[in-house]
Amino acid sequence: MPKKYHIETKKIPRRLPSIGKFGIVDWREDCANCHNCVKKACVYDRYRQETDYIKNLNDINSLFFDCMGCFSCVQKCTKGLLAITVNPVYEHMGSSYFTPDIIATTWNQADTASIPVSGAGYRGKFSGTGFDAMWTDMSEIVRPTRDGIHGREYISTSVDIGRKPRLLTFNEKGILDGKLFSLVELPIPLIIDKLPSKYFFPGLLPVFIETARRTGTMVIIDWENFASIKDEAQRNLANIIFHLDVDKPLIPPEILRQSKLIEISDGANLEKRIREIKTINPDLVIIARVDLDAHGEQRAIELAHQPYIEAIHIVADISGNQVNADKPIFIKDALRRIHTSLVKSGIRDEVTIIAGGGIALAEHLAKQMLCGADLVTVNMPLLIALECRFCQNCRDGFTCPAEIEKISREYGVGRMTNLIAAWHDQVIEVMGAMGIREARRLRGEAGRAMFFEDLEEDTFGRLFGARK
Amino acid sequence: MADSLVQENKTPQILPENTLKTLVPPVAVPRAVKPAPSRYRNEIAKYIIRRSSACTFCGKCAEVCPYGVHVLKPGYKLFLAPHLNVCIGPSCQQTSHYCIDLCPNKALKMVENPMLKALGDYRWTPDIILATWKMAETGEPPSPDYNYEYELGASGGGFDRLKFKFPEKPPVILSDDEIDTSLELNRRLDDRPQIKIDVPWYGGGMSFGSVSNVTQLAKARAAVAFNTFTCTGEGGYMERMRPYDDHVITQVATGLFGVREETIQRVRMVEFKYAQGAKPGLGGHLLADKVTPAVARMRETVTGISLFSPFPFHSVYSIEDHKKHMDWIKHINRRTLVSTKVSTPADVDMVAVGSYSAGTHIIHLDGGYGGTGAAPDIAKKNIAMPIEYAVIKVHRFLVQEGIRDKVTMIASGGLRTVYDIAKIIALGADGVVVGTSELVALGCLRCSRCESGRGCPRGIATTDPELAETVDLDWGTQRIINLYNAWRKELVSILKRLGIRSVRELRGRTDLLMHLDYENKPVNPK
Repeated sequence: MPKKYHIETKKIPRRLPSIGKFGIVDWREDCANCHNCVKKACVYDRYRQETDYIKNLNDINSLFFDCMGCFSCVQKCTKGLLAITVNPVYEHMGSSYFTPDIIATTWNQADTASIPVSGAGYRGKFSGTGFDAMWTDMSEIVRPTRDGIHGREYISTSVDIGRKPRLLTFNEKGILDGKLFSLVELPIPLIIDKLPSKYFFPGLLPVFIETARRTGTMVIIDWENFASIKDEAQRNLANIIFHLDVDKPLIPPEILRQSKLIEISDGANLEKRIREIKTINPDLVIIARVDLDAHGEQRAIELAHQPYIEAIHIVADISGNQVNADKPIFIKDALRRIHTSLVKSGIRDEVTIIAGGGIALAEHLAKQMLCGADLVTVNMPLLIALECRFCQNCRDGFTCPAEIEKISREYGVGRMTNLIAAWHDQVIEVMGAMGIREARRLRGEAGRAMFFEDLEEDTFGRLFGARK
Repeated sequence: MADSLVQENKTPQILPENTLKTLVPPVAVPRAVKPAPSRYRNEIAKYIIRRSSACTFCGKCAEVCPYGVHVLKPGYKLFLAPHLNVCIGPSCQQTSHYCIDLCPNKALKMVENPMLKALGDYRWTPDIILATWKMAETGEPPSPDYNYEYELGASGGGFDRLKFKFPEKPPVILSDDEIDTSLELNRRLDDRPQIKIDVPWYGGGMSFGSVSNVTQLAKARAAVAFNTFTCTGEGGYMERMRPYDDHVITQVATGLFGVREETIQRVRMVEFKYAQGAKPGLGGHLLADKVTPAVARMRETVTGISLFSPFPFHSVYSIEDHKKHMDWIKHINRRTLVSTKVSTPADVDMVAVGSYSAGTHIIHLDGGYGGTGAAPDIAKKNIAMPIEYAVIKVHRFLVQEGIRDKVTMIASGGLRTVYDIAKIIALGADGVVVGTSELVALGCLRCSRCESGRGCPRGIATTDPELAETVDLDWGTQRIINLYNAWRKELVSILKRLGIRSVRELRGRTDLLMHLDYENKPVNPK
């Protein structure tokens, strides 16, 4: 039996004081000093031996922000002096897309690599926009197409990048005609994407490379940064995808010969550039990077029809929205249309579609693949794993309050690896529920996805008429 | 209860001699409403009144307030902590006893409790939690004066956008006594007994391990009082529950933990759990910390080791396999009804029909937004469809197949209030299963820490002896009885306003509902 894909993880504690969801507000005035709350009420022992906890500033924060919000102390305080509220610092973290809850769960996963588990059912909105407007299906008793999974260990998350022939042809002797295209196989449907320029920390490049190596995936790095990480990069070319601007000078042939994948931005010279690279290394798989702007969707479909294109990386902004649009479309909807168009043209299996932008949680990865991506690229969640609060100071040119540029390599690699491992486990959970044993079969499997609009129309639409 | 036992006695011929029936006399629990105030010293209130230093302790506020919010004991100079949970808030302004205005020194100030922000969530809003607590305390629907919005939550879809179109005057004037809330569970007209429950709901499956002994028993006792059922969940059936055998559903789940022929033979209803709404498509999961020696003994496992139930039943890959399972149970216990609990996949309608053909009496759909125990976050919101969609689909398909009246459809998964219960019945279910609401009645505030460490900090979903002691059995029973009573009253009032005599007539009456996001114009059936 071949070796199982497994990511080694270990706990990597945080550097910075926790930012918890709840804060205990303690009104000392009128306290009877009965210590009921201190000694009995908190089942988490946060108050017990209070003085033992508080040795420095971080401990004070963790005392108050590790509160689990159970209200026991509030409700049992003899004089009713305690109150709990939502920590305003927590509330103001992140953006409308990377919400405080997403940031907190990312941190937790980066701490321990474990799947987030909680009780008491679902707490959120009925549905929402983007990935929140769909559900994945699950197999119940009978499903003729189900794989008959007997354990998570049989689920494969491997995917291929490259061009595949429409059909195989054989000569008179029964031997395969011609040469097959080269494919790059990744054990997990996730590539680490380069950070957007405004969020770029040069010091993180070696950390990303090492994370890619440990998790068996690859990282996209701008070729311009090669000089700064030359030794590290040369040692790990198997895990690096250099990104080259289509109009910039070509990457030296010795690097191209040793690389497996290269990414080139879209442009007028794309075909010429691809042919140049293929002359140097015909086995190199080339990804065309297309921005999801006003023409992105159409351009991706056009490119997919070109025989020289092997893989297309369609990239939305970090929140998954179309770039530079007043009413942006979301990446999942664009992907569904691209996928469907290619299926109708009968060429979907010939090209690899990689989707980037808007992947903030493991569920997004699975959903994006259901909508038609072969695999996805991820960047911001890995930055959040390093305790980034998504304050966007770096974007605006200010210093990073999480001091990300000062992290140690072991810390950075460990936390990002933990996050990828936790995501991998969660994708397996969802695939297990769907009865899908192969990540390759997850792609475009719309039969295992349920969309808000369809369900609403089929149920409430038939009862209550048109939606307002 | 008496009704259903009589029914059973009519069919003694189907009880083979070797079918065990409990010899322990059943326990009678009166359906009496008694006040069951919060077990916490400080109940969380919607509004709080702050007293400034201008107070001269004249006692005027205590004198005027008919609810007893302000307490100044004779002989004491200072007020006790106010009983804010009985304060009706700003609606008191319309009365002649509004303490804020009547205070001679203007020392009182009323504000909305800022802590509510930390309580609840989109689905269980602070108002729904507070209203449920109030019902569990008093046994009555909360007075409109409290201004609790518990007809709609804040999730922005499904139940929270559905409302009843109450006519200005009911088409038929009915008295409370004329309204029937009972539900018959056996529609197959096979040789099995008819079981009639007095309310269209029963308690959801929560295993010993996921919740404490006391919680399970309180649920069982309330089920006796309302002649309905409670379910053991996966993981066995405690000896202590024997006196409630006639009101217990025991579960055969994918891990088969604690499943014994002896316990199957004790009950009137057995539930096959294929999937659950908390984590559709995944098996049950009891975390290591909760596997105490008592739990391990019951489940015949090892203390401190996490217990994963597989998904799905590894012996069921077709409807024929499902039938084989069901035949096994039906053979072991010749008087039991069988319920099949499934989650809500895209083809849930096919699953329901298949399950009916295999011989189930009840098809129990558990929607993806429900659940009480530990579940991976990724499974909670993303797998399987919400129950509102599933019930419409299944009801429609059962009608098309001509078998709607031959099987009972029970819905669960994210139902919080009696309004949700009425709405889902109007969408097509016969009855419902409730779980979280019972826990909220016991004081749960959905901090979602059921799974970690010693378990629930409120002593409900825990096997830690010290924490479990914080809930008293009589108090817990009373709280659930009170909640059921308030719900039944409210359900009767809903039916009365609609002019409907029986909850059975409400089933599938989508014409009585409106959706706030739709035009609500008649649609031609396709």
